[in-house]
Amino acid sequence: MAEPLLSLRGVQTHIGRYHILHGVEFDVAEGGLTMLLGRNGAGKTTTLRTIMGMWRAAAGEIRFDGRDITHLPTPDIARLGIAYVPESMAIFADLTVQENLVLAARSGPPDQKRLDWIFARFEALKRFWTLPAGLLSGGQKQMLAVARAIVEPRRLLLIDEPTKGLAPAIIANMIDAFRELKDGESTLLVVEQNFAFARQLGDSVAVMDDGRVAHQGGMAAFAADSALQQHLLGLGMGEHQ
Amino acid sequence: MKRDWLPLLLIPALMIGALPLIGSPASWVTLTVAGLAMGLMIFIMASGLTLTFGLMDVLNFGHGAFIAVGAFVAASVMLALAPWMTADSIWLNLAAIGPAVLAAMVVSGVLGLAFERVIVRPVYGQHLKQILVTTGGLIVAEQLLKVIWGPDQITLSRPTALRGAFLFGDVAIEKYRVLAVAVGLVVFAALALTLNRTRIGLLIRAGVENGEMVEALGYRIRRLFVGVFVVGSALAGLGGAMWGLYQETVTAAIGAQVAVLVFIVIIIGGLGSVGGCFVGALLVGLTANYIGFLAPKVALGSNILLMALVLLWRPQGLYPVAKR
Ligand SMILES: Nc1ncnc2c1ncn2[C@@H]1O[C@H](COP(=O)(O)OP(=O)(O)OP(=O)(O)O)[C@@H](O)[C@H]1O
Ligand SMILES: [Mg+2]
Repeated sequence: MAEPLLSLRGVQTHIGRYHILHGVEFDVAEGGLTMLLGRNGAGKTTTLRTIMGMWRAAAGEIRFDGRDITHLPTPDIARLGIAYVPESMAIFADLTVQENLVLAARSGPPDQKRLDWIFARFEALKRFWTLPAGLLSGGQKQMLAVARAIVEPRRLLLIDEPTKGLAPAIIANMIDAFRELKDGESTLLVVEQNFAFARQLGDSVAVMDDGRVAHQGGMAAFAADSALQQHLLGLGMGEHQ
Repeated sequence: MKRDWLPLLLIPALMIGALPLIGSPASWVTLTVAGLAMGLMIFIMASGLTLTFGLMDVLNFGHGAFIAVGAFVAASVMLALAPWMTADSIWLNLAAIGPAVLAAMVVSGVLGLAFERVIVRPVYGQHLKQILVTTGGLIVAEQLLKVIWGPDQITLSRPTALRGAFLFGDVAIEKYRVLAVAVGLVVFAALALTLNRTRIGLLIRAGVENGEMVEALGYRIRRLFVGVFVVGSALAGLGGAMWGLYQETVTAAIGAQVAVLVFIVIIIGGLGSVGGCFVGALLVGLTANYIGFLAPKVALGSNILLMALVLLWRPQGLYPVAKR
């Protein structure tokens, strides 16, 4: 079997004096879309930040494309072809939409064809092209944050809660975009709270609980197992009043 | 930020407000030009400091050392070239000032590189230690200046071409102040163009907002920071050289004295904002000159009062920088 594009083994992360990740282990297969699920506070965001080197793993190993990236500085990790969409979006508010994307395109001016492809899905970005990004609405900022990650081809996209604050029509566009990216050049690891979105899009799933991965497997099997969902995510009838 | 003109209006408002208080239009013009010249010199010295704070949250209390070194180096070069300074040709005068200013910038820039490596780098992210260590650096630098250049002040006279004033009727405008204004505007324009029209500038502006995200996009913010630190130090050296020539004396305390104004300016402007630093510097320069004329006794406190008023209006400074 092919080596996974990304793998985490025994990853432990501390933030200040808090021990947040207690030995995270999972694989992301090349060319697929892996959903990282889990309750609030399970450690999903911390895991993505640890992969990017924005928190440092105190123990364990993170491998990308056959190389150990555990101790690489963040810019070097990004330059291996990993793009990150943080939960906070972290768009540059004082820069225009255009400048945000120009900066994200490291190898030169953004490719016009690719921009058109992005505009077709996130029309607002075209409309507000020269507006300071800080003036965009919450959902538009989210589109920009995703666009920044895909403005150039990247091998692995780490995306933290992309649907937050988005209207259903835009979510549908995003699903299309992620599918196309997955079928083409990229592998995706997506954190998501919206389970309907997650099951539509995910090929496989890793579910975190309290700083560990409690379950990893195919999405179809997980979606069919409501007892497991109930156990790991607290989803299901009983939870909704 | 781009659309916020209100702080900019403070400058003409201050000028117009001062006119009836001062009474004589001739004095008003003289004071206004003096204020702009002083403000622009402070801007030159402060611009780098506000960016280094914005980029890496580094509080460099040693910035005054680069100002002082610039002043001393320029003074030495100009004294060595004294015959050209006193010559009756503007070209010979410039042939003395040019190398002096260049030497000031190079030495301050190199010193900045060393200061960043040895003093600032070990204390990244630790504010209290930064304050202590960089203040220590300033004290050491001051003492070294005394060792190298001696404890006495150096008297420096302006070159022939920059002495005296342009006279328009009964309005007198000192030539040197006009030059200071011109240099200040050139530096501001160069910085504004770099920040707004180049990729490096884009990176700096993004880095001031959220350095961590700039790194996640694949750029090394530390390198950028070192570059900005060195350019900022060189500009401090330039400003120091100009200030020395303005005061016509240079002492080891010049750095610490001017640094107070520099800090007031970057706080008024909003830490990390070059545009804010520009507006803040002009406000400080104008206020100092107007109050110095109207009520010399309170002149010292006037800048602190100005800062307090601005912070009451905008607690983060005139142009607060959006932070992560
Ligand atoms: N900067 C921080 N300092 C201290 N604790 C933190 C910090 N960031 C996160 N934590 C803690 O780490 C744990 C995991 O947080 P994390 O953000 O990774 O969860 P998450 O799975 O992304 O949750 P959510 O679904 O709410 O986004 C939480 O208990 C949180 O309180
Ligand atoms: Mg999260």
